[in-house]
Amino acid sequence: MPDLLLELRSEEIPARMQRKAAGDLRKMLTDGLVDAGLTYEGCREYWTPRRLTLDIRGLTARSRDVREERKGPSTKAPEQAIQGFLRAAGLTDISEAHVHTDPKKGDFYVAHVVKPGRTTEEIVAELVPSIVRNFPWPKSMRWGAASGPKGRSYGGVEGRGGDALRWVRPLQSILCTFGPEGADTAVIDFEIDGIRSGNVTWGHRFLAPGAIAVKRFEDYAAKLEAAKVVLDAERRKEIIRQDARNLAFAAGLDLVEDEALLEEVSGLVEWPVVLMGEFEKEFLDIPAEVIRLTIRANQKCFVVRPSRPASPASRDEGGLGLHDGPHPEVRAERASNDALSNRFILTANIEASDGGAEIVRGNGKVVRARLSDALYFWKTDQADLPDLPSLKASGEKFGLDLEKPLDQRMARLDHQRVTFHARLGTQGERVQRIARLAEELAPLVGADPALARRAAVLAKADLQTEVVGEFPELQGAMGRKYAILQGEHPSVAAAIEEHWKPQGPSDRVPSDPVSVAVALADKLDTLAGFWVIDEKPTGSKDPFALRRAALGVIRIVLENRLNFSIDPFNDVQILRHQIGATPSKPEKLNAILSAAAAGGVFGQRARALIAEAKADAPSWLPLIDEHDPSISDDLRAFLQDRLKVYLRDSGVRHDLIDAVITPRSCNLLQIVRRVEALGKLLDTEDGRNLLAGTKRAANILAAEEKKGTRVADAVDPTLFREPAERALHEAVNQAGSRAAQAIEKEDFSAAMVALGALREPVDSFFEQVLVNDEDEAVRANRLALLARIRAATDRVADFSRIAG
Amino acid sequence: MASTNHSDPSRSFQGLILALHAYWAERGCVILQPYDMEVGAGTFHPATTLRALGPLAWNAAYVQPSRRPKDGRYGENPNRLQHYYQYQVILKPNPPDLQELYLGSLEAIGIDPLLHDIRFVEDDWESPTLGAWGLGWECWCDGMEVSQFTYFQQVCGIECAPVAGELTYGLERLAMYVQGVDNVYDLNFNGREGEDKVTYGEVFLQAEQEYSRHNFEFANTAMLLKHFEDAEAECRALLAAGAERPEGEPYRMVLPAYDQCIKASHVFNLLDARGVISVTERQSYILRVRNLAKACGEAFLQTEAGGFRPVREAA
Repeated sequence: MPDLLLELRSEEIPARMQRKAAGDLRKMLTDGLVDAGLTYEGCREYWTPRRLTLDIRGLTARSRDVREERKGPSTKAPEQAIQGFLRAAGLTDISEAHVHTDPKKGDFYVAHVVKPGRTTEEIVAELVPSIVRNFPWPKSMRWGAASGPKGRSYGGVEGRGGDALRWVRPLQSILCTFGPEGADTAVIDFEIDGIRSGNVTWGHRFLAPGAIAVKRFEDYAAKLEAAKVVLDAERRKEIIRQDARNLAFAAGLDLVEDEALLEEVSGLVEWPVVLMGEFEKEFLDIPAEVIRLTIRANQKCFVVRPSRPASPASRDEGGLGLHDGPHPEVRAERASNDALSNRFILTANIEASDGGAEIVRGNGKVVRARLSDALYFWKTDQADLPDLPSLKASGEKFGLDLEKPLDQRMARLDHQRVTFHARLGTQGERVQRIARLAEELAPLVGADPALARRAAVLAKADLQTEVVGEFPELQGAMGRKYAILQGEHPSVAAAIEEHWKPQGPSDRVPSDPVSVAVALADKLDTLAGFWVIDEKPTGSKDPFALRRAALGVIRIVLENRLNFSIDPFNDVQILRHQIGATPSKPEKLNAILSAAAAGGVFGQRARALIAEAKADAPSWLPLIDEHDPSISDDLRAFLQDRLKVYLRDSGVRHDLIDAVITPRSCNLLQIVRRVEALGKLLDTEDGRNLLAGTKRAANILAAEEKKGTRVADAVDPTLFREPAERALHEAVNQAGSRAAQAIEKEDFSAAMVALGALREPVDSFFEQVLVNDEDEAVRANRLALLARIRAATDRVADFSRIAG
Repeated sequence: MASTNHSDPSRSFQGLILALHAYWAERGCVILQPYDMEVGAGTFHPATTLRALGPLAWNAAYVQPSRRPKDGRYGENPNRLQHYYQYQVILKPNPPDLQELYLGSLEAIGIDPLLHDIRFVEDDWESPTLGAWGLGWECWCDGMEVSQFTYFQQVCGIECAPVAGELTYGLERLAMYVQGVDNVYDLNFNGREGEDKVTYGEVFLQAEQEYSRHNFEFANTAMLLKHFEDAEAECRALLAAGAERPEGEPYRMVLPAYDQCIKASHVFNLLDARGVISVTERQSYILRVRNLAKACGEAFLQTEAGGFRPVREAA
């Protein structure tokens, strides 16, 4: 069967768009062919910076004829109707129609119409132009004379106005051949905006710029290869990967692998030639990550490191050959950080006439210029700021040590009043709130409050560093490095980096208590703030990544088994946002809020302090005194909702989650423990039977309550008639109090076991006792007993929400 | 012999300019002189901004001194200047072989594409102040960006029809590359050797030092703030005056109004360098300049150079 070859050749397509574009082309064309009634055996797409290519094998040569019957009017219909039918069916005379008989309608005409199949050439010639015109490029453009207005011509080319073709960059040529295997192929002829399809392509822009006539994929790929174009992106990647590894290996080095960069670089060349360049060793003073990003972002080059296991001597030479020798912490940092080598690997697009010497020289020059910028940034960040005197007030506000570089940066972040969000104030105000909350959370997560505060105060300082200004993705990581350099406690340094975590569902969750305190404080502050200004996520819109923040809170709490209620912290952080910066009597405010964080806004301690503060009547007092919990209720509901999503994603039955979550549950860990215990109970036969019994009890109760049947307020043992009633009553009493005790101790498994003991008495009750006794008092008493079952199980979970 | 040719583009900064002039003149461009106002880039020259609009064909090349007050480094940085030269080419509509023409220009200044790795790397250009954007590339030579290559899609907020191709060469950077010099001030300006040699530093170092002082320390911000307001008001006033014309006649005054738009833009850059514009204000200044540019662009379309045909002629 015949094969189809299509190539769309253009000016350089952005590397990041090539793979998807080739996939889109494949899908659009094969879908279109199938829709037109053709079949094919296989299709593969290829791409280079200058072409998208499809190789379709075993494509049918034409679509089948389609026969259909078209019903016409009755044989007795007026002439006009019959003429209309003839036109519609494409018949010339009514004798060409058949006559069918229907018992109800009588005789009527039927035309047997054959829709002839079309040739593949015809289909492709129609399909490709429409695909090209409607191609889903992320950004497309017009170009050349055709982009001129209609009615104007430029050098003989007519302007097409709004109809001008759009493509990602100017489309230069189209190659489209079709023909049976082993025989000659023919061009499928069509034209798009003056570009006529043909059987010609062009080789490498510089190395083989001539035109090449091709027949089919085999000679196309082979001729391109000879014309210095490697068509297959995967092969280009493999060439670059292997050559880069080999070059590194030959120099006693290891390539630092980078898949995303490899993908990009393979989209920048048609004929990859890998070369190695060099820069001065003093640049290795810069952290490895900064070197890597500098060389990668600006030059799209790979970095290399000394081969492992490296001899200590070579590592020293490679990484630490510096004059006065860096701080010991820096040595440690660098050793753990995979010291790089002072080489880099670049991928050129040509086999240069001098073997690449000029290319290496030129690239080295640019790399050096970029690294000297990076070195300058790195050194500047460790030096004093020029405007120190103006930072004093900010320094005092945060208890900063303005002798230290990172402290200075934090002071400047505050002093410059850098905005966090137009309605949520400055970064300085944000850091103040987070630091307070981190201190308050510290005792509950096992962190030293002073360290938590210090870490929170420095957590955002690196936003003011030059390196982070250049590479925002290094926020946190740079703060940690600068913190180590200025001698901060290791937990403080770690927390500066880890408080941003987890960034996504697969990111690591911090476990150092100081990191946990600051990470939680940061996220809770963000959530509280956006809740206060009512900027919550809606549908697919979550511009401030609040779902991610909530998931972060959930994962930090669960993975660190943090057993406390989030509510009071939401309350105080919401209050901090509502009260805003520079309140009157800040010491009193802080004391009250800290008490509220520890024991709730309505807790004894907070209330006592509020009562004390009433004498001065500070402006913020009513906000706390008459605290409106609706915002924090809503935030709690959001957290619960995210918890449900999280649990569901990790395979927990959603009905079990619904059964244990009540509007007031705000201890995330306990919700999960309840779900776990409930799941275990329901895995046992006792559990399943108990569930059935409880549901039966609940259903009967609900039905009777609906009818208005009286249910006794309390169970009266004197009204018992059957032993099963008495037994159930005793069992309910016992199970209820045991479960309550277990819950008190947060032992949900024990609570479930206690409930499990109800199974037998419940079953016997339903076997032996008829609830609807004729005696109204007995019936009301029995219903009260059923209510007791519901009350006992409700302590643990709402059984009515469980399926089955 | 190349060594006796004082205009050899690989040995002489002015030779580089002359070679580009000769190359583009040969390809039908009008060779213009720099616009006589302070601008941030060659694109601001009315020969690009305004001539990119409307249906008329237009091919031009020129050098444009460009001022970026914030980039001043008191003459101490080997790469950064507050005043430098751009070589600007605009071809409207862009010819189908614009990439080849561009590569030809590199060969004309001594860059052999079989020796050097020349690449077109995605870079979508946007000028918020001019309300302009286009798609194209950074052109790399051995990893260094030496030119910007853009197919204009929109200028002054107006769709370009036809599309113009714009090439912008960073002349100092290109010259440093072909001369093999690491410090811009060491560039050979006149292509002579020994006593007769004039370096870029001899021509411009003092200016860099003085203007850096001016831009960062001494420019009178109160006066500049007033100048911005004045330029904005004058631009609007001139456009309003130019709009007064008999029906069917072209707009009477756009270019002088556009000068005021350029002026406002440069004054804004100076104020920015002096650090008196806050982050939030910054956006609103940019928007004000853009609105002037848009108004000028729309008026330009109603002039003859913008393709407007007076009604009586057309009739």
